[in-house]
Amino acid sequence: MSHETYYVPAQSRWPILASIALFLLAYGAGTLINGLKTQTGDTGLLLLLAGAFMMSLILIGWFRHVINESIDGKFSPQADLSFRWGMSWFIFSEIMFFVAFFGALFYVRTLAVPWLGGEGEKGVSNMLWQGFEAQWPLLTTPDMEQFPGASAVIDPWHLPLLNTAILISSSFTITLAHHALKAQRRSALILWHGVTIILGIIFLFFQATEYIEAYQELGLTLHSGIYGATFFILTGFHGLHVTLGTLMLIIIWLRVLKGHFTPDSHFGYEAVAWYWHFVDVVWVGLFLFVYVF
Amino acid sequence: MNTMTKVEHTEHHGPAAGISRWFYTTNHKDIGTLYLWFSFAMFLTGGCMALMIRAELFQPGLQLIQPDFFNQMTTMHGLIMVFGAVMPAFVGLANWMLPMMVGAPDMALPRMNNWSFWILPFAFAMMLSTLFMDGGAPNFGWTFYAPLSTTYAPPSVTYFIFAVHMMGISSIMGAINIIATILNMRAPGMTMMKLPLFVWTWLITAFLLIAVMPVLAGVVTMMLMDIHFGTSFFNAAGGGDPVLFQHVFWFFGHPEVYIMILPAFGIVSEIIPTFARKRLFGYSSMVYATSSIAFLSFIVWAHHMFTVGLPLMGELFFMYATMLIAVPTGVKVFNWVATMFRGSMTFETPMLFAVAFVVLFTIGGFSGLMLAIAPADFQYHDTYFVVAHFHYVLVPGAVFAIMAGVYYWLPKWTGHYYPETMGKVHFWCSFVGVNLTFFPMHFIGLAGMPRRIPDYALQFADFNMVASIGAFIFGFSQLIFLVLIIKTIRGGSPATPEVWDEPEGLEWTIPSPAPYHTFTTPPEVK
Repeated sequence: MSHETYYVPAQSRWPILASIALFLLAYGAGTLINGLKTQTGDTGLLLLLAGAFMMSLILIGWFRHVINESIDGKFSPQADLSFRWGMSWFIFSEIMFFVAFFGALFYVRTLAVPWLGGEGEKGVSNMLWQGFEAQWPLLTTPDMEQFPGASAVIDPWHLPLLNTAILISSSFTITLAHHALKAQRRSALILWHGVTIILGIIFLFFQATEYIEAYQELGLTLHSGIYGATFFILTGFHGLHVTLGTLMLIIIWLRVLKGHFTPDSHFGYEAVAWYWHFVDVVWVGLFLFVYVF
Repeated sequence: MNTMTKVEHTEHHGPAAGISRWFYTTNHKDIGTLYLWFSFAMFLTGGCMALMIRAELFQPGLQLIQPDFFNQMTTMHGLIMVFGAVMPAFVGLANWMLPMMVGAPDMALPRMNNWSFWILPFAFAMMLSTLFMDGGAPNFGWTFYAPLSTTYAPPSVTYFIFAVHMMGISSIMGAINIIATILNMRAPGMTMMKLPLFVWTWLITAFLLIAVMPVLAGVVTMMLMDIHFGTSFFNAAGGGDPVLFQHVFWFFGHPEVYIMILPAFGIVSEIIPTFARKRLFGYSSMVYATSSIAFLSFIVWAHHMFTVGLPLMGELFFMYATMLIAVPTGVKVFNWVATMFRGSMTFETPMLFAVAFVVLFTIGGFSGLMLAIAPADFQYHDTYFVVAHFHYVLVPGAVFAIMAGVYYWLPKWTGHYYPETMGKVHFWCSFVGVNLTFFPMHFIGLAGMPRRIPDYALQFADFNMVASIGAFIFGFSQLIFLVLIIKTIRGGSPATPEVWDEPEGLEWTIPSPAPYHTFTTPPEVK
């Protein structure tokens, strides 16, 4: 471990401004959502947009600040390692976020729904909806009026399989780009990184297509019982993470074009690459346990 | 090789002038101070709510507040004490002490550190604002079980959900910072097995935080979806299950209770050796015991749910796994007692709180063992016995340890000794108050008084009256603490760098009060 003078940044306005923006976002979202049923969420929407706008400005400013510090050479290898630990543990926290939803999926599939259907040790719960039969995917819910089940589920061997291929290839292309960065092959870096971004966008396009099909043709919606609920929360949060990852890829691509990275110093690049691998691995889990099995 | 140059930061040697110092600071000591004051404010806020509960329960019958408001008070009291008082207090102590204990110039990520703190006042402003909303504040208990918190919740539940999200973001960033600091910022020679125990326990706590706060975020997100977007995670009519809520919540919730006690173990393990004038007995066994407790915390969650109708194998597994926790915890209690054994003990205020911690936390631990026995829990579940149990581990447990830590390190922070007699008065008032409040709850709980109700049967009247009197003694004696802290900040006899009688640790090698920047050049640890 190296022990040069560690860079302790001077006072900064970004954190408190970011807290205010986060508060506006949260309070706005709460007011908007609470007003959805009564159409009274306008103030909420306004606060939410103000918060989002403020947060975007802050993120741009804060990151610019850090990038300038990095260019000025303020970060020792020890500081670089702090960033690496920070990003690794952040990704771990993201994994645990998905663990909560995967856990919910496994619980309802292996325990809750079979019990409702009268199987197993707690099968007495079948008395709630007598005659309800357990199945997975759950197309006939216990109460079809309140939660009308879907007519069918997404076929894993078309769009989802294609999307799997796309995301896995994108993990390879970003690795090729990273190797090109380390070998100082600039045009290869720009090319492979650009391909990764395009693959990410194609993935998102196909996910959107799939959602439209689910809503319009299959009746697979948020309202269609526990299958729809777990399907949309898992694929939805994954999709949001891919969206964020794609944005990060685009920003880091612009930084590549500006020549911000050297073979020795490119933590920002690696952090985005790690994040991209993380959304890729989560997708493999989704493909297996949400779509196929 | 590396092309980056070494740049020393020279702009700020002392704190900035004026109020802006507290808003923009990146200094771990400033941020520690902010955390500690915030936590104290929340402690008093949550305490006022507790006193409202105890005032209503002073006599049977409804006297002061309506049942719905009573429910709001129990809910907000729990949430504020857990997320607003205990957790931020430990983070505050970590901010102040960890960099000095490992010989680092500051936390690893100082700006993010400030952000972690400043999210909290906004999150709690939002949470407290629900008290003034239509339909009132959340009234479903701090564990917010579905469907009470979904189908039957007041509209303010949406703000509650977003407040929890904000607290989670704050905790995760704080924990990441602490892990990065401990793993990456240690002075040369400060190997892992030389780390002070407060640092070790915080390392493991931070890991627990990063592992379970996202699960809490997940469960409140599922609530939000169920309430507003038509999903059926916790609704059996759509194939979901209300019990699913409890599983996910307690997968977060059980590690969470260790998040609130492991740093307390660390503080007590610092204090007892100093005042027993002996080295800590069994250092490495303390480290392994803490790690074992952290591991076990992930596989015991359903002991909170013995009465919801788990399969028999589930009841057995979670019962035995829970009892297993008694082993590493017993190792710790044994080590503390062995450290004191034949030591040259003196009983300054930090030591009084630490010894009280050992005794009273152990009482809470034993009542926990009773609750771990599934068949017995069928009787105890949702009674005041449970309330007695978790208040014994959290008040004379976690809160006493925090106070012990504050007394122990206050001379280092302020450069002044606190008035010893006043500290002892504070201790004895708190000690008597706490036991008067919570000990009788064991009896009324075993006799069958349910928790979270504003009214009760006549046979519970006497013990409830005692508990209420104790609560007011405990609550008001915290004002002594407040006055003592302000007095110590403003003056007092100057403290030496060691403060105490040859304590161990890097923090005692620097002057008191600790300079604004410490260890800008890392010390050499032998």
